[in-house]
Amino acid sequence: MTASVLRVDNVRLNRGERWVLDGVSLAADRGELVAILGQSGSGKTTLLRAIAGLEPFTSGQIAVDDVTLESGLPSAGTRRALCRKVGMVFQFHCLFEHMSALDNICLAPVHAYGVAAGDAERRARELMQGFGVEHRSAALPRQLSGGEAQRVAIARALAVDPPVLLMDEPTASLDAARRAELGGLMRSLVAEGRTLVVATHDEDFARACATRLVGLEGGRVVHRTRQ
Amino acid sequence: MTRARAGLAFALVASLALPTGAAAQTSDAADLRWAGDPEGGAPFVEADPANPEQVVGFDVEIAALIARGVNRVPRFVTITFTSIDQSIARGDADIGLSGIEDTPARRATLAVTVPYYEFREVLTVRTGDAGQLRTLADLRGRRVGTLSGTIAYEILLRAADQYGVTAVSYDDDVHPYSDLLIGRVDAVLLDHVLAERRQRTMAGITTQPETVAVGHYVGVLAARDAPLRDTIDEVLRRAMRDGSLERIFRKWNVWNEDQPKLYEKLLAGEPVSSAVSDAPAGPVTLTGWEAARRYFPSLLRASSITLVLSCLAMGLAVVLGALIATGRVYGARPLRILLVGYVELVRGTPLLLQLFVLYYGIAAAIQLPAFAAALLGLALNYAAYESEIYRSALEAVPVGQLEAGRTLGLTESQVLRLIRGPQALRLALAPMTNDFIALLKDSSLVSVLTVLELTKQTQIFATNLGSWVIPGTLCAGIYLAMSLPLSVVARRLERRLRDGA
Repeated sequence: MTASVLRVDNVRLNRGERWVLDGVSLAADRGELVAILGQSGSGKTTLLRAIAGLEPFTSGQIAVDDVTLESGLPSAGTRRALCRKVGMVFQFHCLFEHMSALDNICLAPVHAYGVAAGDAERRARELMQGFGVEHRSAALPRQLSGGEAQRVAIARALAVDPPVLLMDEPTASLDAARRAELGGLMRSLVAEGRTLVVATHDEDFARACATRLVGLEGGRVVHRTRQ
Repeated sequence: MTRARAGLAFALVASLALPTGAAAQTSDAADLRWAGDPEGGAPFVEADPANPEQVVGFDVEIAALIARGVNRVPRFVTITFTSIDQSIARGDADIGLSGIEDTPARRATLAVTVPYYEFREVLTVRTGDAGQLRTLADLRGRRVGTLSGTIAYEILLRAADQYGVTAVSYDDDVHPYSDLLIGRVDAVLLDHVLAERRQRTMAGITTQPETVAVGHYVGVLAARDAPLRDTIDEVLRRAMRDGSLERIFRKWNVWNEDQPKLYEKLLAGEPVSSAVSDAPAGPVTLTGWEAARRYFPSLLRASSITLVLSCLAMGLAVVLGALIATGRVYGARPLRILLVGYVELVRGTPLLLQLFVLYYGIAAAIQLPAFAAALLGLALNYAAYESEIYRSALEAVPVGQLEAGRTLGLTESQVLRLIRGPQALRLALAPMTNDFIALLKDSSLVSVLTVLELTKQTQIFATNLGSWVIPGTLCAGIYLAMSLPLSVVARRLERRLRDGA
């Protein structure tokens, strides 16, 4: 077994009296697709946000590759290092409304990592081509269909080539055909050696794609399955 | 003429009726409503220091004298000095008495009484300059202050052509003298009644003995009230004969040799020469088109001041507003409290007051030039409003947009600059345009700082012409010509931003 690229150790996170995450642990290797299953409010989105560094947690530890997040607010340096390791695809995509699809993808490489504009654009176009949305590069986010917006959001998250990709409810607004396409896309990402962590309440989809299933309920892991 | 601080250029009429101390108590007699501006102060009309609900002054006593003569009860009506003519014409009061000057424009549009007082226009200078600055000719290339809408202002405009004097118009009669002391102007031309009053209370200024011009105070009535005016003329003549007027003026310390000479001429039916009677026939006789043609170029010049001032002020307000908004959204608590304090202070007090403080209030410490004070005043005021627009626009950008930026590795300042700011700008654009148009019009307030912008120039012409119709129409047209294109540009910009770059 290869070394885990992602480790979540006994992470607890409270909002007032309530424990949103109550001692969650999980690990994922390179090329794995971990599905986090659970009802609304089970803590799966919060877990993804904690891994992405958006949600300071109360205790425990999260390690992505060689970056370790401790409880409390991460330092600017840690956050920066983490961003290269973890890409996030939000449930509602959160594409930058005022930029074209292409600019959405190029923004971080150019401004956060100093990639030359030409190189960033070449990489962005490759990604868009790979996901079948290269013809939409000039479109604004609100001109994209839900499926297109999702692919642009995935491309944006992958623009700096992070080993771990987090996806929140990716099938929520897709019909059956689009869902199957997404499954194929995710499998191809995994085949490249990337690790995907997907929060979903869609059990059929999870069982069809995932290598590991983690059931969450009330902020606790209630079942784990390897398949 | 009088010394009213006009406040707003198109000041509205306050119809606060005060009973005068000398009111005759015949209960069945009709009222004689007389208009004056207590801001003018003693010896004309002022709030009684002992009882501020009442007014006192020689005009108050003349009003009582006239009312007795026509068997009415005097009722005082407070009207801003610069609006007295229009108020009388529309019937807000029966007669205006507030040190009002006899001018051709007034005679053309109103029923004017016989003069009841002769005054001299005199120059006041700093005592140190008294030796060399004796006449208008000595003031070549220098700034001379006076009240706007007066004979003195007309004289200064002519002196501008003749001697190269720069006329500076004020809306009140206190600040010309305080600005004289601190060197913003080198002389003040006003009537001797005012000059003497100021010299008694202010050290370091000297009034020159030479008479620059002679003028008269009159009462003004609506043209349709000419019969009442004739009766009042009789009352005034009687008071000249029986010494009642002399008693009043002696009581207020303004009696001098000029008055018996004036009364003698009037009673003998001789014409009295007024300050501007030897001037070329005033613009009063112009037709509408001629007046428009004659005034349009200077209105355009004044509008360029309005435009430049508004654009610079808005530019500054946008930058300051953006900084304040950023501080309020991202700053530490003490900074946020400070900024909220600034915004509330500026929004909660009148712009007019802020302009006064900037120009006159802090003059002892920092003497800002008028244009700079105007620019700064407008910019600081509008920055507060802009900052509120930007703050709410920044807060309206969905948090998901910011988090997406953060997970991509952008720093907070990059998120602000690349994502939040540009998105907030679209939300802010419509209210910003709105504010710019409002600022364009609010810039008229800076005339209180002696900046001659469009509204002030219009007001000067209206006084000159005795009517607001033509200057007002031209002024409105120019404001519209400035604001309409702005609206169009803003709408286009908004559409472009909405539809994408």
